[in-house]
Amino acid sequence: MNEMARLQKRRLALYGWMLAAPALALMSLFAFYPAIATFWHSLFSRGTSRRPSVFAGFENYGDLFADPTFWTVATNNLIYAGVTIPVSIIFALVMALWANAHIPARSFVRSAYFTPTILPMIAAANLWLFFYTPDLGVIDQITGFFGASPTNWLGQPETALASVIIVTIWKEAGFFMIFYLAALQTIPPDLREAARIEGAGRWTYTRRVLLPLLMPTTIFVFVNAMINSVKLIDHLFILTKGGPNNASKLILYWIWEMAFAYFDSPHAAAMTILVLLALGLVAVAQFRLVEKRTHYR
Amino acid sequence: MTNQPPFIRINSVSRVFNGGNGVHDLSLDIPRGSFVVLLGPSGCGKSTTLRLIAGLETADQGSIAIDGKDVTSAPPSKRGLSMVFQSYALFPHLSVAENIIFGLKVRKTHKDEIKTRLEDALRVTGLEGYEDRKPAQLSGGQRQRVALARAIVAGHPLCLMDEPLSNLDAKLRHAVRKDIRDLQQRLGITVVYVTHDQTEAMSMADIVILMKDGRIEQIGNPADLYLKPATAFAAGFVGSPPMTLIPASALPASVIPDGLDANNLTFGIRPEDLILSTGQNDHPWGIPATVTGSEFLGAETFIFVAIPGTDGATARLPGRVEISPGTEVSLSWAGAAAHWFDGEHGHRLTPTVPGTSAQDTKITSQPDTATSTL
Repeated sequence: MNEMARLQKRRLALYGWMLAAPALALMSLFAFYPAIATFWHSLFSRGTSRRPSVFAGFENYGDLFADPTFWTVATNNLIYAGVTIPVSIIFALVMALWANAHIPARSFVRSAYFTPTILPMIAAANLWLFFYTPDLGVIDQITGFFGASPTNWLGQPETALASVIIVTIWKEAGFFMIFYLAALQTIPPDLREAARIEGAGRWTYTRRVLLPLLMPTTIFVFVNAMINSVKLIDHLFILTKGGPNNASKLILYWIWEMAFAYFDSPHAAAMTILVLLALGLVAVAQFRLVEKRTHYR
Repeated sequence: MTNQPPFIRINSVSRVFNGGNGVHDLSLDIPRGSFVVLLGPSGCGKSTTLRLIAGLETADQGSIAIDGKDVTSAPPSKRGLSMVFQSYALFPHLSVAENIIFGLKVRKTHKDEIKTRLEDALRVTGLEGYEDRKPAQLSGGQRQRVALARAIVAGHPLCLMDEPLSNLDAKLRHAVRKDIRDLQQRLGITVVYVTHDQTEAMSMADIVILMKDGRIEQIGNPADLYLKPATAFAAGFVGSPPMTLIPASALPASVIPDGLDANNLTFGIRPEDLILSTGQNDHPWGIPATVTGSEFLGAETFIFVAIPGTDGATARLPGRVEISPGTEVSLSWAGAAAHWFDGEHGHRLTPTVPGTSAQDTKITSQPDTATSTL
């Protein structure tokens, strides 16, 4: 009997491993191994035909910290994340509340909000390139109507990053709205009526009932927005190429530049490892802090 | 009932939805401190009536007054009432205590008062010890009590309940029915209670308001509804099993009271008033019928019989009765037990035969006037 139980336990463990094996193999091949290989690669100097690559320890990392571009790019990305994440989440929430209300042409409003998400980022960036065109673009047409002089939105350091940020928000908010919309539709209308009877106004209801119930969605959207703030750089290739003078350069674009424009893969690898490290830390902090305060149904 | 002004006065209110459902020209007075049940099949407008009183719906026309104040266009929170929802509508992210005091907090009640009121409400509903649980961690009955506690904590004189027991199992329902009734008596509040379950209505109500198609079918105390249904619909809806209704044309002419037209007449008889006889004849007359089945329920047995030209009838006999299907029986009843309704409009008809209704004084049936004073 005892023997039987032990056998059964072992068999269950075996089943578990068997079920996990395909995913584990693929993850190892395409995620874990490349990550470790990248880390390993980042410890070597750049090899040329004359000077072969040698083990350099953390020298590449030291180089990065000494490079003023590193700090510019890091600051840019922090600003980029710091603006796009909250603003696109707030827009998404407001749009979802609006599209969920009983308004005429509701499905039209919904699909209108969702349209930017369907467009490929490259196409969207080209579209915005027209919007931003000095003098001829839509934006200058409008500001010009009120008497403002033409502005080279993408071409001057003061406005380049902001212009890129706006495109990202425009692109992301509609996507996140869908998640909020789905979550809102699972909230029974009874709760709203109960709150009304208890004397809660629109704002109190939103703050005390709606937002807490949307918290799981907010976390999901937040994580996505954060990943996108590092990952989403397609539009940089079209809009600014990181310029002028690195004013709109983001970390991933910089890594791409180092690796494939300057062929400096060890430094690119070191930078990649730093990004992975930072993202890992943020993820852990998030799960520790926010998870506790969230109500999952 | 007395001369004191009604607590709630609904004056020819209409609220019609696309598709025709809703309430039509509804007038209603509800006395203070009463337990009023709005009863009816689904789609009869009982929930709409409740939501109109609550202020969750706005009347297309007509007026609603609560406690002498016109509240027709007042928001729900200004009407001084609380509500228990069918789904309970508890906030899933808040604990039991937070759910109960939600409204008090919104109204910025003083902290000490919130505390005493919360303790009172928890004690009254027997929820002590569950303060910190989330609704998901409670059983259906406990959730129901939280909803009740939330409704009484503010001390509003009016409490609206929208089918509060329909999510409970049968056994619990019976217990909670009594609890709600006791609570209402103890607190002296007015309760307007919506249900489609006639048993709930009969067992809890001071006044039953039977509705159909957005109009009031009959208002009265449970005994009135049972003993003197104003319409054929009321007769068929109240009582379990319901009153047997058969067209009078299927009956022998001799049983039809004088002055009533058999071609436009519906005959109704409660199952307990139907007398079944198998023997040749111990009764001067009888309607031939065939037994189709029976249900033994312990204290009583229901016998189902088929009568040619009708949908059949049900008889309720005390104790255990064994009659095999196919048995030919003869049906009869005491003259006063019969109910007669207009065949076309369904309203109650009073035969002018002396002796048919000894205890009845006068029955006035006004199926088309919605106004009734209680």
